[in-house]
Amino acid sequence: MSGQGVFASALLGPELPRPETLRDPSGSRATRRFDVYRNNVAVALTEALAAAFPVVQRLVGETYFAAMARDFARAHPPRSPVMALYGAELPGWIERFPPLAALPYLPEVARIEQARREASQAADAAPLDPRALAGLSPAELAANAPRPHPATRCLRTRHAALAIWGRNAERPDLAQSPPGEVLITRPALSLRLRAAPSGTGATLRALARGAPLGSALPQDADHAAIFACLFTAGALVPQGDPEP
Amino acid sequence: MTLHNKHLALVGALAAGLAQFAGAAQAQEQEKCFGVAMAGENGCAAGPGTTCAGTASVDYQGNSWTLVPAGTCAEIDLPAMADGTPRMGSLEPLMRDLPKG
Repeated sequence: MSGQGVFASALLGPELPRPETLRDPSGSRATRRFDVYRNNVAVALTEALAAAFPVVQRLVGETYFAAMARDFARAHPPRSPVMALYGAELPGWIERFPPLAALPYLPEVARIEQARREASQAADAAPLDPRALAGLSPAELAANAPRPHPATRCLRTRHAALAIWGRNAERPDLAQSPPGEVLITRPALSLRLRAAPSGTGATLRALARGAPLGSALPQDADHAAIFACLFTAGALVPQGDPEP
Repeated sequence: MTLHNKHLALVGALAAGLAQFAGAAQAQEQEKCFGVAMAGENGCAAGPGTTCAGTASVDYQGNSWTLVPAGTCAEIDLPAMADGTPRMGSLEPLMRDLPKG
């Protein structure tokens, strides 16, 4: 292993010996100072994850979260210096982490938090004003192809993850949200989260592929409810807007 | 359904969707004032730097495999689900499943 490789794995492996090759300017081997340094790395990564997944942290508690975050950081060291993006793999990691198997909603809550991060970091775009569609002829409407706003995400939850998130994020308005689809977007400066009618995700995926409204809505879905949800959330941008 | 009828159905759904949109527009103006934007997510967060927490102690005893989650997951009492799915979130099964610490 290269000197850098030894250094990097020792950094995230507290039980590993300090790197042999690491010397201070006087030629002495690394001392406890290296332990302090690697502890700082672990603490900084843990804090970055806690800032990104505050509800997951509330759900399992600070002590558990810190221990879990260190395990995660060893499996997924940062690939970028931008900590605002660190931890995208955490929801999938939680799902495969056996000690948390008894909290089946936890990966879904983590996915909601990750989607909020992505939405907050996504490109800005002016959302579609749906009243612009009202003037179209039926054939024009069917051929019109709005696209998902760059910040729009739609998740499917099997558990009441949105309700759990709402109760732990001081959003009592979401506390009774049922399991099902969850829409997350950010049409302007505020994030929006809401329970979405069944078929919303499928509609968004079709629109992302460029499908027009005439074929984007799933057949057995409540089209009016999907329209209302997407319009109210500001989840679409008009047809023909340049790619962000 | 003919293509024409299909288009008409789409127009109907759009009109119904727009009606709900118009009703929600006023509520949305208020939503801004409540500020649901995430704290610290303005894109310039460079992440935590060197902290006192890191230098104060060399602390590695944490091991998530032997710990028990202790946060609000213990209190979760979900609204009963329409399909009769049992409530979840109790800590009890979790403690049963955990390896002995």
